[in-house]
Amino acid sequence: MKLSPRIRQAITPLRTVMVVYLVVIIVLMAFAPLLAPYDPIAQNVAIRLQPMFSPGHLLGTDELGRDILSRIMFGAQVELFIALGATVLATVLGTLLGLLGGYFNGLTEVVTMRLVVDVILAFPPIVLALLAVTLYGPGPVTLIVAMGVLFAPIFARITYGQVLSTKREEYVDAARTFGAPTVVILFRTVLANVSAPIIVQFSLTMAAAILMESGLSYLGLGVVPPTPSWGSMVAQGQRYLTTDPHVLLVPGAVIVLTILAFGILGDALRDLLDPKAKKRS
Amino acid sequence: MNEPLLHVDGLSVEFQTPDGWRQVTYEVSFRVDRGKTLALVGESGSGKSVTAMSILDLLPPNTRRTGRILFDGVDLVPLRDKGLRPLRGSRIATIFQEPMTALNPVYTIGHQLIEALTSHHDLDHRAARERAVQLLRDVHMPAPEEKVDHYPHQLSGGQRQRAMIAMAISSEPDLLIADEPTTALDVTVQAEILDLIAEIQERMGMAVLIITHDMGVVADVADEVVVMKDGRVVESAAASQLFRSPQEPYTQALLAAVPHLGKADDFLSAARNKLRIDGVTATTPLPETVLRLQDAVIRYPGRWRRPGFQAINGIDLQVARGEIVGLVGESGSGKSTIGKAVIGLLPVTEGVLEVRGERITGRPGRALRQLRRHVTMVFQDPASSLNPRRTIGQAISDPLLWQGLVRDPRARRARAKELLERVQINPDWSDRYPHELSGGQRQRIGIARAIATDPVLMIADEPTSALDVSVQAQVLDLFLALQRELGFSCLFISHDLSVVETLSNRVVVLRHGDVVEEGETEEVLHHPRDEYTRRLIAAAPVPDPEIQRVRRAERLAARRG
Repeated sequence: MKLSPRIRQAITPLRTVMVVYLVVIIVLMAFAPLLAPYDPIAQNVAIRLQPMFSPGHLLGTDELGRDILSRIMFGAQVELFIALGATVLATVLGTLLGLLGGYFNGLTEVVTMRLVVDVILAFPPIVLALLAVTLYGPGPVTLIVAMGVLFAPIFARITYGQVLSTKREEYVDAARTFGAPTVVILFRTVLANVSAPIIVQFSLTMAAAILMESGLSYLGLGVVPPTPSWGSMVAQGQRYLTTDPHVLLVPGAVIVLTILAFGILGDALRDLLDPKAKKRS
Repeated sequence: MNEPLLHVDGLSVEFQTPDGWRQVTYEVSFRVDRGKTLALVGESGSGKSVTAMSILDLLPPNTRRTGRILFDGVDLVPLRDKGLRPLRGSRIATIFQEPMTALNPVYTIGHQLIEALTSHHDLDHRAARERAVQLLRDVHMPAPEEKVDHYPHQLSGGQRQRAMIAMAISSEPDLLIADEPTTALDVTVQAEILDLIAEIQERMGMAVLIITHDMGVVADVADEVVVMKDGRVVESAAASQLFRSPQEPYTQALLAAVPHLGKADDFLSAARNKLRIDGVTATTPLPETVLRLQDAVIRYPGRWRRPGFQAINGIDLQVARGEIVGLVGESGSGKSTIGKAVIGLLPVTEGVLEVRGERITGRPGRALRQLRRHVTMVFQDPASSLNPRRTIGQAISDPLLWQGLVRDPRARRARAKELLERVQINPDWSDRYPHELSGGQRQRIGIARAIATDPVLMIADEPTSALDVSVQAQVLDLFLALQRELGFSCLFISHDLSVVETLSNRVVVLRHGDVVEEGETEEVLHHPRDEYTRRLIAAAPVPDPEIQRVRRAERLAARRG
C-alpha cells in the first residue's frame, strides 16, 4: 500500500505502540464481561494481596482479594466512559461558544468569551469540580457535566482564535455573496476549516479528563465504590505501598500510559491534519 | 574583458522529498556581462526564481546544486555559507518582490540601512547615518531626512522598494539580483522603479539579473533574455532579437499571449468587436440599465467613535444589459470597493445603488439576498476564494442550494457537471478539491460558480491577475465566450489596461475614489483626455524594446522638465 508522505511522516514507532496500546485497552474494556477472568467486585480474603504473576491472577489481587486485572478492565469502562462523555460535552459546548463569539462581534462576543469562558477559567478547576460533587453528589453524570464545563473554555479559546482569522478568508466572503445563510457559513464554511486543531485538542482533553477523573476518584469524589475505577484503586493501594506496591503501581501505570497514549495520539493527529503546526514548533 | 561577470554553466537544482531527490532545473546556462542586464523570464514553475536564488545558495537546506556558477572567475557551487557570506549583500545584492516582508518591520529603514553599511564598511554611526540619508536621496526617496526614521509600514509600496534598493546598492555591488522587483507595484510606480534601477546601473556600472514573468518589463530593461520553461532554458537571445524574431514556439506563444495596448489584430479583440455588433442588433433601441450607481459614497465602517475611511466620494456609474464595463485604477483608487459594494459586502453609505431598476440602498437583508441571485462575483485569487474543504462540484452547486433554485441533490450534481463542461474542466473531476487543480483551472471553477445561478450582472475583480500570461489568455477567452453565450453584463475590475482593452465595451478610470475619465474603450485608451489616464497608459510596459526606449526617454524628459 502506498501512503502519502504526510501520513508516512506522522507515523513513528512510539506512536504506533501507543495506538496499539489504546486499541488493546478499548478491546479489553468493551469485552470486559467476556474477557475478564473474575468478577471485579468478588472478594476472597483468603487470597488477598497476591503478588503479580501469581497463578490465576496475572496482575495479583488487592487487599480484599479482588483480581486486579479484572478491576482494571472494568475500571476502564467507567474511566473511558466518563472521560469521553466529558470531552464530547466540552467539545460541543466550547466549539459552539468559540464559533459564535468569534464570528459575531459585539454583544455575542462579550457574552460568550468574556462572561462565560473567562469566568469558568477564573476558578481553579479542582475547586469547581469539588463544588459540583458536593452539590450534586458523586457519580458519573456529575463528573461528566462538571468536567465538560471545566474543559469547554480550552475548546472555546482555540475555536475563537481560529474563527477570527478564518472569517476574514475570501471564501467566507464568497459564500456570503453567493447567498449562503449565516447558519451554513458558521457550520459548513467556517467550522470545516477550523476543525483540525479542535480534533487534536479532543485527544489531549481525553488525557486531561482521565487524569482529573482519576484524581477525583482518588479523593473519593468520583465513582462510588464498589464500582472499580483506576483512581480509587490507586487510593486504596497507597496503604500497602511499602509491602505490596503492585496494588498501587499497576493502576498507576495504566493511568500514566493511557494519558500518554492520548497525548501522543494528539501529536500524531496534529501532524496529519495541520502540517503547518509542525513547522512552527 | 571577455570574461563575463557571472557565468552559470550547466546548473541543476534538486530538492529532497520523501520520495527521493527531485530535479527542478536542468543544466541551465547563461552569462551576465558587466554592466548589462539579463532577464530570466518564465511562467510560474519554470525554475527562474530557483535558479536565481541558487546563485547565492539562498535555497532551503533540502536542496543540492550541481554544475558551475562562476562569479568573477570563482566557482560558487562548492562554497558553503561561510565562503558565500563575503559576497552576499556586498558584491552580489538581492532585492525581492515584496519589500514589506523583506524589510524587518520592527526597525526603522535608517537602522536597517546603517546595519548594512557598518557590516561592510568601517564607519562610525554618524557617518553611516549620513551615508544612509545620501543613499535614500540617490534612490529618489521623497524627504530622505525624514523617511530615514520611518518604519517600513509607514512607507508606500514604491517607497519600500526604493528603501530595499538603497540597501542593496549601499555596498556598491557588481551584480544586483532582482526577483520580480515590481510585480507587487502599480504600473506608474513600476515604471519609476525600473527607471531607477536603470539609472543606478548606468551610474555604478553594475550588472543586473532580473527575474520576471512580465514581457513588458523585459522589453523595458533587458539587454539579454533567457526564457525558461519547466526547469530548462528554452531560448536565450539579445532582447532586440528575441522580441523581433523569437525562434522557439514556446517563446512565440508566450509573446503572443501577452496582452498589451493597441494589439488590434488580437483575436480576443476581434471577438469583442463582433460581440458589440451582435449586441447592438440584438438589444432594443433603449438598452436596459442593469446596474446604476448615483452619487454613491462608500465609507468603510469606523471603529468606536472614529469615522471610517471614505473610499468612494460620490460617483455615477452605469452598466447596460450585455455590456462589459472595465473599471481601472491603481491600488487605493477604490475599484475593488465598488465591486464589494455592488455585491453587498460593503454598504453604500450615501447615494443610490440600483440593480435592474430596483433600489438596493437602505433595504434590509431580504432585498440583498434577492440581489445576490442576480449579481455574482469572480474573485481575484481562486486559491483563497474557494473553500478548501468543499469539492469543486460542491463549490459550484452550493449557490443553487443556498438560493433555493435546485433542491434535489442529484439535479445539483448534474448541473455541476454541466457547468464544469461549460468551463472546459473534465466533469469527472467534480469530486476533486481546489488544491488539486492548477491556478488556471481553479479560476475556471470560480467562473463556473459565478454563472451557476444565471446572473444578470457579474463582478469580476482582477480575475486573471494571479495567473500566468498564457493561462490568462485562455481564461479571458473562455470568459468572453461565456459572456457572449449567456449575455450577462459585467463590471470588470482590473489594473491592467491591456486586459480591459481586449474585453470591455466601456472603460471607467478611477483615482482616489473619483471617476477621472469614462467612455468607449477605444476612445479612452487611444485618445485619453485626462492627464492621469495618459500617465497610466504611458506607464504600462509594452513587449517591444524600441517603444519602451522611446517611452523611457519621454518619461525622463518629463521628469526633468
